[in-house]
Amino acid sequence: MKLERRLEQPWWLSVAVPLGSLVVAFGIMAVILAATGHDPVETYREILDAAFTGNGAFSATFISATPILFTGLAAAAAFRMQLFNIGAEGQLYLGAVGASWIALQLGDRSAASTPLYVVAMCVAAGLAGALWALIPGVLRAFARTNEIITSLMLNYVAGLLLTYLIFDSSSYWRDTSTLQARAFPQGKPMPEASNWPTFGSEVVVPLGFVIGLATALALWVLYTRMRFGFEVGVIADSPRAARYAGMRTRRKILSVMAVSGAIAGIGGASQIGDFTYTLDGSTTGLQAAAFGYTGIVVAALARYNPLAVCLVAVLIGGLQNAGYTLQGPDFPSGLVGVMQGIILFCALGGELLFRYRLRIRRRSSAQGASGPAVEPAR
Amino acid sequence: MVGITKRFPGVVANDDVNFEAAEGEVHALLGENGAGKTTLSNILTGLYRQDEGEIELYGEQVRFHSPRDALDAGICMVHQHFRLVEPFSVAENVVLGDHRGEARRIVVHSSAIENRVEELSSRYGLAVNPKARVWQLSVGEQQRVEILKALYREARILIMDEPTAVLTPQEAEALFGTLRAMAEEGKTVIFISHKLHEVKAVADRVTVLRGGRTVATVDAEPATLRSLAALMVGREIDVARPLEQPRRLADVRTLEVDGLTVAGDRGEIAVKDVSFAIREGEIVGVAGVAGNGQRELAEAVSGMRDIRAGSVRIAGRRLRGGDPREAILAGVGHVPEDRLGTGLAPSLSVTSNVVIKTYRRRSFSRGPLLALRRMREAAVGIIRRYDVKTPGPGTPVRNLSGGNLQKLVLGREFEDDPLVLVVAQPTRGLDVGAIETVHSYLRDAAARGVAILLMSEDLDEILALADRILVVYEGEIVGELQAGAASIDEIGLLMGGGASE
Repeated sequence: MKLERRLEQPWWLSVAVPLGSLVVAFGIMAVILAATGHDPVETYREILDAAFTGNGAFSATFISATPILFTGLAAAAAFRMQLFNIGAEGQLYLGAVGASWIALQLGDRSAASTPLYVVAMCVAAGLAGALWALIPGVLRAFARTNEIITSLMLNYVAGLLLTYLIFDSSSYWRDTSTLQARAFPQGKPMPEASNWPTFGSEVVVPLGFVIGLATALALWVLYTRMRFGFEVGVIADSPRAARYAGMRTRRKILSVMAVSGAIAGIGGASQIGDFTYTLDGSTTGLQAAAFGYTGIVVAALARYNPLAVCLVAVLIGGLQNAGYTLQGPDFPSGLVGVMQGIILFCALGGELLFRYRLRIRRRSSAQGASGPAVEPAR
Repeated sequence: MVGITKRFPGVVANDDVNFEAAEGEVHALLGENGAGKTTLSNILTGLYRQDEGEIELYGEQVRFHSPRDALDAGICMVHQHFRLVEPFSVAENVVLGDHRGEARRIVVHSSAIENRVEELSSRYGLAVNPKARVWQLSVGEQQRVEILKALYREARILIMDEPTAVLTPQEAEALFGTLRAMAEEGKTVIFISHKLHEVKAVADRVTVLRGGRTVATVDAEPATLRSLAALMVGREIDVARPLEQPRRLADVRTLEVDGLTVAGDRGEIAVKDVSFAIREGEIVGVAGVAGNGQRELAEAVSGMRDIRAGSVRIAGRRLRGGDPREAILAGVGHVPEDRLGTGLAPSLSVTSNVVIKTYRRRSFSRGPLLALRRMREAAVGIIRRYDVKTPGPGTPVRNLSGGNLQKLVLGREFEDDPLVLVVAQPTRGLDVGAIETVHSYLRDAAARGVAILLMSEDLDEILALADRILVVYEGEIVGELQAGAASIDEIGLLMGGGASE
């Protein structure tokens, strides 16, 4: 039994492999569920119900899917150039900081137009996220530091900044209007007009999700139909070939990091505008949700394809949402985590099968005893 | 080795090959690129397993399941590309992978190993310091380390794969002395080469391979260069280069290099105060042993490397240097040494690679949007005109053979109508047919007025193509010869730094 590199990857594999991985994951999980005394079939039915088919399930799923759609796109945008921006987490916090600042500023000037708020919040959040992402970007482009480490470290810095703004200072973001708010720190509530609208009544779709879909489409066009994406593809495949062809690799590192950070930042704006309506500085809120890290999983499962990120985000969002519903006295939350871990594990294993072919053959019978499958050297 | 057959997908690399070598002889394995020499030696060293046939060693039939089996049987090979760990010392490299006695202990007893290495190197005339780090050594010295590795393991059979490709003629002479000394001690040396005069100089007997088959085994003594060449290519050929009329060239200096100084990868001066000019339609060959500044010179002219001092002018326009885009726009085409990885992006399609330099032009993009259809048409055009064998323009170039990769690169560079073409090792690793094609493409380009700077380690190639030959040694031009008047001996002497002595 051995693995051989596939020379070409048929298109249907890119659909069959992720689906197959999911099936295998659910198979393994069924064994674990049965071993821990849960009925797998019943559990899966509950998951399906809570995530997609139940009453209001899709609305809840969209709420979970929206932030990881943004962070998934952010990761996909950078990873496509082999630029491993692990910092979507921190870039999202910074986006939330930027979006809440502009919303509060506009509120102070008593602006009332919601579209104005939405645009201003997205721009401010995008800028904040992009600038935060440019720190590892500049370091990578000019000092050749490893962007994985720098962007990861900056996540903790961003988290501490968030806590500092609400808990450890009397910053512009902190609500100090009432005695209670001074004793129990919290962020200022956003002005009413800054709350983002939703679509639909049966199934409620937040505006952030729609913006995310539009971003995905734009990103797809950027990466498959435009010069920008062509350059990214060459740099990803061979930096030497890119230099040979006269491409500006440094500039591209900066712009890809900026794009990636901006998308994650807009995800932060969506958190403020769509859901929390205040800057959440606690370590149990935004910081515990780990949207940035989940986004990496989403991007990996979608094989960095922006359009596939939309689908995967909804799928993973549904699973997370179902996790909240499932966990209870007889269903520990750890088991939910195990399930998500198994899915990731199988997806990464499937990735291997996508690039390599498994060949099974009998051990050295008289005819089959040929040499290792290496290229003929002449 | 009797009746050895080895098939690879699409080719039979060895077809019923018979080969035998005696104790105490230097036996040459002669054949063109692709004749199956390397495959045969890879079978003998256990790297491949034959599909059919038997191997007998000292009268006993053997079956190798891995390279280690072959090593244990006393067969060592010195590959064309050395298998050395650069940061390690010579002594460490020598014991690396040896799993007997001294080397097997957890604590490596280095002084004992060093003494043994020293003793071996003085006995066989392989001057090298056992304490030196491999990266500090010249290519010739590294090769000696490889031979020491074999001697240390008490190899009875030593296979040398094209050992002189990286050596000066003088270093090669010294190597031949070592090989003769080993043979006199009763060892067997198998010497793989496609160079007739070397085979004649060092071997006792010669086995000639052609197209994967054994053609003949002859004694080296009575054989002539002409008779060996005839066996190798299957017809009588003229060993001497046909004399050509010097071509008439317009007096337009397309490329002017003046006082050029360039740093190498480690910051050392790799190209020292080099000046020359190439006229419209002229091919200038740069001859030299690998690592004497050819690569750095090519990269400086094509903008891949910074210019430390001096100037490069293309049709009178001075380049700032260190910027490939600037060079491309000035009209410099570049066929790099490393085709797959520098010249081409391996996982991308033929189409993407065809437009990799020109995607910014108006013909392939409307504003920031790419004109995908026109890109594809351009790729189809190049595939057709330059006879690139590929399943289609969407195939990743990684799946193409070496010859087709080179045709693709050449096609792309020619289509851009360059003024100057920098060509490095254009035929390395290609088979005979592809070499012919590449040479004719280069001649055609020169005929159309392109000034060509040709770097090649293959002297025959330079003699076959160049109008004028520059010889480099340690980053300096040590000689300039007109092609018609140049002799291999003279160039060889210059390549080895002979001019200064």
